Amino acid sequence: MSPILGGRKGSHHLLMGNEAIARGALEAGVSVATGYPGTPSSEIVERLAGVSREHNLYVEWSVNEKVALEVAAAASFAGLRSLCVMKQNGVNVASDFLLHLAGSGTRGGMVLVPCDDPGALSSANEGESRHFARLVEIPLLEPGDFQQAKDMIKWAFELSEEIRNIVMVRSVTRLSHASGKVTFGELSQLNTRAFFNHDGSPPNPMQGAVLSFPVALKHSQQQQKVQQAIERFEKSPFNTYSGPQKPELLIITSSTCHLYSKEAIHLLDLADRVGLLNMGTTWPLPSQLMKQYLATTDKILIVEEVIPFLEEEVKILATELAPQIGLKIFHGKRDGSLPSVGELNPDLVAETLAKIFNEEYIAVPEAYAARANEHTSSELPGRDLTFCPGCPHRATFWSIHTVLQLDNRKGFVCGDIGCYSLAMLPSGYSALKTLHSMGSGTGLASGFGKLGQFEMDQPVLAVSGDSTFYHAVMPALINSVHHRSNLILVILDNSGTAMTGFQPHPGRPIDAAGNEAHRIDIPSICEAIGAKVKISDPFNLHHTQQTLIELIEDKPGVKVLVLKQICALSPEKKAQKMYEMTIDETICLGENCGCNRLCTRVFKCPGLNWDINKRVSRIDEVICAGCGFCEGICPAGAIRKKEVA
Amino acid sequence: MGTADLRCDPYNVIITGVGGQGNVMASRVMGNVLSEKGLQITIGETFGASQRGGSVMSHVRVSADSTWSPQIPKGKAHMVVSLEPIEALRVLLNYGNPHTNTLCNMRPIQPVAVISGDATYPSLDYLKQRIAELSKNVWFVDVTDDAVKLGNPIYGNIMMIGALAETGALPIAREDFMTVISKTMPSDRVAANLAAFDRGTQMISRLRARMDDAIGT
Repeated sequence: MSPILGGRKGSHHLLMGNEAIARGALEAGVSVATGYPGTPSSEIVERLAGVSREHNLYVEWSVNEKVALEVAAAASFAGLRSLCVMKQNGVNVASDFLLHLAGSGTRGGMVLVPCDDPGALSSANEGESRHFARLVEIPLLEPGDFQQAKDMIKWAFELSEEIRNIVMVRSVTRLSHASGKVTFGELSQLNTRAFFNHDGSPPNPMQGAVLSFPVALKHSQQQQKVQQAIERFEKSPFNTYSGPQKPELLIITSSTCHLYSKEAIHLLDLADRVGLLNMGTTWPLPSQLMKQYLATTDKILIVEEVIPFLEEEVKILATELAPQIGLKIFHGKRDGSLPSVGELNPDLVAETLAKIFNEEYIAVPEAYAARANEHTSSELPGRDLTFCPGCPHRATFWSIHTVLQLDNRKGFVCGDIGCYSLAMLPSGYSALKTLHSMGSGTGLASGFGKLGQFEMDQPVLAVSGDSTFYHAVMPALINSVHHRSNLILVILDNSGTAMTGFQPHPGRPIDAAGNEAHRIDIPSICEAIGAKVKISDPFNLHHTQQTLIELIEDKPGVKVLVLKQICALSPEKKAQKMYEMTIDETICLGENCGCNRLCTRVFKCPGLNWDINKRVSRIDEVICAGCGFCEGICPAGAIRKKEVA
Repeated sequence: MGTADLRCDPYNVIITGVGGQGNVMASRVMGNVLSEKGLQITIGETFGASQRGGSVMSHVRVSADSTWSPQIPKGKAHMVVSLEPIEALRVLLNYGNPHTNTLCNMRPIQPVAVISGDATYPSLDYLKQRIAELSKNVWFVDVTDDAVKLGNPIYGNIMMIGALAETGALPIAREDFMTVISKTMPSDRVAANLAAFDRGTQMISRLRARMDDAIGT
């Protein structure tokens, strides 16, 4: 049984932050959960999908974050509790609807959980969702540990129903993907009959049509609700203080920065001198509570990720309260005490604390550090990210790279979001020359493809994963066909949302919960839009390269090449070799070959190594996934494949 | 269980290796096994893009009663468990101290920079010497070949947990391991995981016997 269901009230569990959030939603009696996959958020919807039948939930992986928020909002309008989950930049996608939703208000409790990725551990940005809470004026909560991650969800649903508006609970990678102890509460089964009351009088928030009109009236009602939330925040159990009554320094923090701060105080043995105020309710800040703690000292350090948000909010309050609490000295991001880029950690906080207290923090004894550093850091080869062994993307980018080199007009590829983003690195032959948000590769290509008017004759390619295609590429493709742009869109169809863990998408015959779903065919959509469509298997090197060459040489227009091959890590393929690969050492000439060991020097699959003693290539049996593709790249024919029976 | 059963509170373990070697699974299993003893575990991991062929770490904090930062501070590892030799050294350079112990699988995985010829992989003798001089106690094992014999190199991570149990660093009990595996794995994989655990413990007991012999002579 799923760990989020299989536990009675009072039992303890080691749960990932995301699992704690999912359990919290069940304890709150959630009925509908939606989202779009994105690290570090994906496990929340996944876990809920896993128990959807036992617990009578409706759970879906929506086509994108905006639709996810809309689907969840419909449940709220019909009186149910709903949860919507996405990674940080998903909120950008959903933000247009979010603004209007905040204006119209909600009915059944509705909670938005964005999971931010400070340090961009698995993102192309380290943008933040917190600013959206302030921008659209909805309450913001930030759990500081695993127990809070669970408990806060239920509290957020109650708050949402009290103020009849959506509430944001922001997580971060180091909480969502970390694990810790969680004590379970009771599972709840609420009355789950859905009915949309729409014919009552408009001012009644529970009866009439759900609108953000009249805007001024609704906006002022929304702001009153925010005031109501502040009253709850003043007494919230999620704002905690530890430390002396009159600390020399007060740390104000939130989220996992609370754990870094706690550790830093411990490392420097400053528990008697430093106060730690962990804020679980970070927008709007409860002013009475803040006044109480700000009054205890003159020196404040704000510890948060990534850019100053809490710091600005505290400073605004401190300015307003100055006549009562006096002037304060602030440390944080704005005075450079802590960096405004990247994630924080206990060491960064400890170093900052040490500086403020004029002490020195020595993490490692000097003699040991000297021994560790006596060799240059070059003693250890770095480990660049690369495609997995057997990954179809390596084959795809090998073919794109080869064909663009043959064409020799400086053609380029506009990148998009997924594992294939790694093709910006040498292990993907540095094929990607732009990389931005979901769908932007095709949008940019649509623009580049219109620059022939200004004598640009470089071939323009864009890539898109299958899930990304549905999410945001379709409008860009329509734009390019409508405007007679000139580009080749290569769709890397590996049969699922591979990077985040094979969540189904509209091209799959099943939904999040494993129910039968209507499959929407990518080549048919592209043809219907008006693009010329070709299909190939990226592992078929010759056919793929030949097709690409034909498309480049074809008359101008929008052309789509769909490359179909299942991800090497997919459950149906994982750890099953199609081919047994060998090197014929009598044929491999290594450095003396005209190719100068092309297979390892340029192709660089982790399963194909260079034997420094024998001066020939060799297969690493443990790593090789047996996809068979490398057989085709050796000019001498030394790489052999044999079908596995 | 009280603090007395831990050598330090928190006791900090870093499990390291290369994306795809099963770090996350190893830390989850180990965390759950120690939870069976009533210990409070906090784990920080690397997920997502950083897993694709990159260096990965799981930070495991073992405490009697507290949640700690999911990131272990620099120089504060008590035990480094590594599935790959250069990753062990990489972690020691950042998180080691004179009391750090290291358990290391010596099967190299070549980074792309080595495959392409832009960097060289240090010799295993050199790595052993460097790892040893940065560790208080050290155990070098070769789990990968045995794991392949068990049917999948991924079993190497469970063998490392068995080996870690036998070092006595933490109260990892075979029966707790069994309880956890039975709860979290499909039933057809329980036997292989248990075999992997046992092979891991045997590797350390054999190493110990060899060391005792050496002292005896």
